[in-house]
Amino acid sequence: MVQKLESYRESPSQTAGPYVHIGCTPNFSGITGVYPEDLGTTMITGDVSGQRITIKGTVYDGAGTALRDALIEVWQADANSKFAGKGGDTGFTGWGRSAGDMATGEFTFETVKPGRVAWPDGRLQAPHVTFWIVARGINLGLHTRMYFADEAPANAEDPILTRLEHSQRIPTLLAQSEADGTYRFDIHLQGAQETIFFDI
Amino acid sequence: MTGFIPRDRRWHPPALTPDYKTSVKRSPSFAPLSFPTSLPEETGPMFRDDMLGPNDSDLIHNFAKAGESAVGPRIIVHGRVIDEFGRPVPNTLVEVWQANAGGRYRHKKESYLAPLDPNFGGCGRVVTDDHGYYEFRTIQPGPYPWPNTMNDWRPAHIHFSVFGHSFAQRLITQMYFEGDPLIWKCPIVDTIPTREGIESLVAALDMSRAIPMDSLAYKFDIVLRGRRQTHFENRPEGL
Ligand SMILES: [Fe+3]
Repeated sequence: MVQKLESYRESPSQTAGPYVHIGCTPNFSGITGVYPEDLGTTMITGDVSGQRITIKGTVYDGAGTALRDALIEVWQADANSKFAGKGGDTGFTGWGRSAGDMATGEFTFETVKPGRVAWPDGRLQAPHVTFWIVARGINLGLHTRMYFADEAPANAEDPILTRLEHSQRIPTLLAQSEADGTYRFDIHLQGAQETIFFDI
Repeated sequence: MTGFIPRDRRWHPPALTPDYKTSVKRSPSFAPLSFPTSLPEETGPMFRDDMLGPNDSDLIHNFAKAGESAVGPRIIVHGRVIDEFGRPVPNTLVEVWQANAGGRYRHKKESYLAPLDPNFGGCGRVVTDDHGYYEFRTIQPGPYPWPNTMNDWRPAHIHFSVFGHSFAQRLITQMYFEGDPLIWKCPIVDTIPTREGIESLVAALDMSRAIPMDSLAYKFDIVLRGRRQTHFENRPEGL
């Protein structure tokens, strides 16, 4: 016999199910009067430095159908590479949550372009936004990262992008800028364009 | 070096679980890419309890008309949020949602014929205290049928969303109730590979915390990923 370890196992994940919006964005789902507003609706709450951007995208299943029951969260550094609560811009939460458009499922985040954050060995990561996707049929929330197609020099030295085994899949992580300054980042759960998801 | 204990993907449900049909077209087919965490994963949004309204953790009353309350067996759900080392996770947001006592959700896509309760919304939230404890009051949700095979029923359950202190700890799960025979017949519960894992999501009836002539109580602890902390870990050059 040996001494017992003082460790516990993580609670197993269960799908967010079809009614995740009741719990996380009740006003969006029509349950009003309980919370004044849905959390994560506004990322910019005051003065911020850096370039203001809009991120839009859609989550698609393996049949090419847009998910209209997903919940998407983002977490990112501010323009000066700092995170909220760790010296970041006081007018910027760094965290957003979107239920997607009721009819199309398209998510939208009004945010700022993030700065570069250090990797543990000191190298700089390319600017990116961390995504987390849950929905009916997704048993464990999916983590991925959105990088910017117009940051090619930074992307070329990013510690993660440069290490990918299937480099032809890198475009699945790149948001493309559109004429009006919007960045489009579609997420494919499955299929030929399957997004790279991360086990962090 | 910090960083988190890696997620044990043999303990969590796999992405593809064909008996839960919706997973078939929503499960990535490539293996997820593993890499060490850095600041973006080791930080996360923080919420303070002064952000909450006084009724946010009282689902019996937070949607009810003045002087009225939701129908159903009144229960208190309480527990601790801890990490894999047993350390409390204080000041973290816990969001919950559930069906009413008849098993019906307040949602436009809901198709079960059980009636809506005009005094029940179905959402609540609470921030853990300095020792990781949380508590909320609600009614016991009913089981409900759902479209999968022609006769699948969910056991009574409450959905939980928990943040922890880092985006790497983000978790959504469900709490089940001790003694419910439907737990062992549900394809969604059954996505969890082990009986031990399933049982870790079953809340215990807790008579010590019941309020006589008022509410029964259930205890439900939640474990988030643990953050490694040691002074003696070297990082290989160039990683
Ligand atoms: Fe449910």
